[in-house]
Amino acid sequence: MADERNDDWPKLVFDRLVEHGVTLFAHVPDFGNDKIVSMADAHNETRSVLLSNEAEGVGLCVGADLVGSRAVLLMQSSGVGNVPNMLSLITGGRFPLLTIVTMRGDYGEQNPWQYPMGQAVQPVLEAMGLQVIRVDRHDELDQAVVSAINAAFVAGQGIALVLSQKFLGAKSF
Amino acid sequence: MAEITLDRKDVLPVLFPNPETYLIVTGLAGAAKDAAEYTREAANLITMGGAMGAAVPIGLGMALSAPSDQVAVITGDGEILMTIGSLASVASMMPDNLTIVCIDNGMHGETGGQKGHTARRTDLAKMAEGAGIPSTMTISTPAELDAGYRFLQESPAPRFLCVKVTEAPPSSYKRNWDLVEGRLKFRNAYLARQTAS
Repeated sequence: MADERNDDWPKLVFDRLVEHGVTLFAHVPDFGNDKIVSMADAHNETRSVLLSNEAEGVGLCVGADLVGSRAVLLMQSSGVGNVPNMLSLITGGRFPLLTIVTMRGDYGEQNPWQYPMGQAVQPVLEAMGLQVIRVDRHDELDQAVVSAINAAFVAGQGIALVLSQKFLGAKSF
Repeated sequence: MAEITLDRKDVLPVLFPNPETYLIVTGLAGAAKDAAEYTREAANLITMGGAMGAAVPIGLGMALSAPSDQVAVITGDGEILMTIGSLASVASMMPDNLTIVCIDNGMHGETGGQKGHTARRTDLAKMAEGAGIPSTMTISTPAELDAGYRFLQESPAPRFLCVKVTEAPPSSYKRNWDLVEGRLKFRNAYLARQTAS
């Protein structure tokens, strides 16, 4: 069965996050999260938070949780390399965490600098105790997003929803 | 730079005479010990024992999510330098309920007292100002503590106070290291206050 590509996938992700009470969209800018961030700025119940470094985003999500709110961390795969020690908070304190990682350095990548971190994303996250839900196909996105939201905010897990380049489409140079 | 004569043990009682009016997050090590002893680990306090650099980002997440509450970050010079870019993140969001107090002893006290950047040429209040934090101040003597208190009360937030202190050790208070308990205690108390009010 052919996967029907949905170019409006950022709206699906954003709508699901809002439905489930996410109010802060912490991010380091990436092509992959750009539209979600714009939607967070346009919506009157959500805000985007521009970070200098992805590590801050883990703390920001922890701070939101401590006062009963929900935040999400949006980052490119290279940013995963900046966060491991901060993930001590998540496994050590059993904080919920939802991060959405938009991949570089996998299927179709043309920039050699992206491969080392891109290929290390899943083992690094898993080494720090996060669970990875990977999305390759558009027809699996909706269920994956809802599963990730519930695992994080209902079951209190540390979850990385990884959107692969097979899903996103590789950037050409 | 004025001579540094302030002992860190004298700082928090003057700057925070009513600590219960804030949500407080501390960085690891000395700042955590001082604040834990001073508040007797009250339920409005959460302290770090690791995750160096997390204090300001956690404070920002709290401040943006609880805009009716005053949030205070109390941390050290090494801790804040670890994620110094978070001061720019704070400035871009401009939370009007966020106070950052850096207890700057110019060294890594927890690992043996190795001299840090702020004992050499680095000025954290200038870095905060350069990041775009609207109110910044440095104090380093007991006589300036009252001015520091007024700065926390009166200056437009977000605000950054650098408190230069001597090398005198922090409190030796033994705090609870269990972050699972720390999270639940802080969060449940906060949510109970919301329900009650």
